[in-house]
Amino acid sequence: MLYLAAPRLIPAAAFIVLPLILGPYWQRVLLSVAVFALLAISWDILAQTGMVSLGQALFFGMGAYCSGILNHYFGISPFLAIPLAAFLGGVICTLLLMPVLRLRGVYFTMVTLIVPLMIERVIEATKIFGGTEGISGLAVLPSKWLELYILMAALAAALFGFRRMMTSDYGLVLTGIKDNDRSVMNAGINIYWFKIQALFIAGSVGAFAGAMMTHVYRFVGMPVFALDYSILPIAAVMVGGPGSFAGAVLGAFILVPLSEALRALGGLRIVFYGVFLVIFVVGLPEGIFHFISRKYSQFERWTEVDK
Amino acid sequence: MLLGTIIYAVINSVILILMSIGFNLTFGISGISNFAYGALYILAAFVTWMLIQLVGLPYLASALISIFFTAFIGALMYRFILMRVRGQVLSEVIATFGIGLAILEFFRYLGFVGVEYALPVFIDESFMVGDVYVDAQRMLIVAAGIVLVILLWLFVHYTSTGLAFRGIAQDERTALTFGMDSDRIATLSVSLGAGLAAIAATVIIPLGTISVSQGYDVLINALAVSIIGGLGSTGGVIVASLLVGFAQRFTDTYIGSHWTMIVSLVAILLVLVIKPSGIYGKQKELEERI
Repeated sequence: MLYLAAPRLIPAAAFIVLPLILGPYWQRVLLSVAVFALLAISWDILAQTGMVSLGQALFFGMGAYCSGILNHYFGISPFLAIPLAAFLGGVICTLLLMPVLRLRGVYFTMVTLIVPLMIERVIEATKIFGGTEGISGLAVLPSKWLELYILMAALAAALFGFRRMMTSDYGLVLTGIKDNDRSVMNAGINIYWFKIQALFIAGSVGAFAGAMMTHVYRFVGMPVFALDYSILPIAAVMVGGPGSFAGAVLGAFILVPLSEALRALGGLRIVFYGVFLVIFVVGLPEGIFHFISRKYSQFERWTEVDK
Repeated sequence: MLLGTIIYAVINSVILILMSIGFNLTFGISGISNFAYGALYILAAFVTWMLIQLVGLPYLASALISIFFTAFIGALMYRFILMRVRGQVLSEVIATFGIGLAILEFFRYLGFVGVEYALPVFIDESFMVGDVYVDAQRMLIVAAGIVLVILLWLFVHYTSTGLAFRGIAQDERTALTFGMDSDRIATLSVSLGAGLAAIAATVIIPLGTISVSQGYDVLINALAVSIIGGLGSTGGVIVASLLVGFAQRFTDTYIGSHWTMIVSLVAILLVLVIKPSGIYGKQKELEERI
């Protein structure tokens, strides 16, 4: 019984207990772990639908800007602004990427890499929404416990909810699009409609992470479209193991604290991410999670030989 | 005013051709999208700079050494990393992007940021074309671009290695049955692509300073031009470069210089909506796109 339940209970317990036992500094780290884990999950949803993105920063930044604008210009409280931003961000990202949904594989990837960098330029050029200065002085959530537990609850919901979704019939269609989109088409299923839905789901998850982070830092500006938010989630998925959301979360729990510990190295951190990506892609393509879960499944068959 | 804009638009187009032709070549032949392309461009520029400033070699020698060095790095990249993930598009993209990130951010970490990191121009003069001043370096870029495209065309059409390139590009399996070594050709193609990036860097960089963020710009421009032209087609690159180059220069003059980057995004979206395979993308149209 414990054998089956433990892999689910341990992360669930960690989500509840960790915020209580950590000090203020590591609570902040946990906050960004949760944000990057959500981004990694959103990347994994897209990847499992056959859309490899290099521009997770687009989702993050859209959510951050939507929430910031709603709060700053319309005075909407964060409790309403964050869910609205998650929805609006998802819609805007879907609309932005809709023209390229017909592209497959690396072609889609190329466009996603370009879009967030270009949006950064648009904001710089048009000086809208605070231009290069950004918008600061946004409202915060009433307490840091609320922030932490909302993010933890969202992470738990995303992890377990999307895992369940991907094993349902709906998820089967999405995985089918990745494996062989032509045969899914032959089954009479409109793959573009499903791709749009997957894009919206992933976009909303990423936008939610962005919106939360905006209200934690009380600031939104061009850095939200920075490369960090694109690379770290991919690195997390690659280290943790693609194709299972648990791997994405595990990767974020390994990489983000590691990057905090390496903060003294400054710019060299990103070099490490790059090297990590290469090492894991070439050396351990299945990722840590699949490796561990394979070993865990073998426990049952372990018997004492010497007796 | 108009003549000046047109002349500078042509120069801009040639710069775009130089920037993207290597990326496009590698993709066209071996199907590897080299996301480390921008990093190799900057790598070549810094190697040239170091050879001139720290070793004291003349410009031409250091440029040649850095071109060969970058090409060698490209070959190493294929042999030790890309060969193991060949055919898995996702892994290829992430591995090359990781390499590029590591190279670029390492240079940033070492502190290669500032005005003094500039390469000297070949000839410090300027000419009058009509009533427009054009400096010699820009003329040289145009000349280099034209010569390079012609040489590449001759190489691909009249040498056995070039024919092997085309064979692999058209149908890898059939080419294998004719005894062409796919891995050797792919190594050569990645290395040639890297070499072309280095040539572009040594010719273009003297116009400004070397900066790490330029690496991302070069990658984006190369991607944009290659996507618009239809990946893997050299004719497409030339047409797309002219298109984007003129559009960029005209927006720069008549609307504002901040808008130039957006031009390529709009162009990409327009082309993809109208013709998803790009202007010249006929080959592989059904298989890989749409």
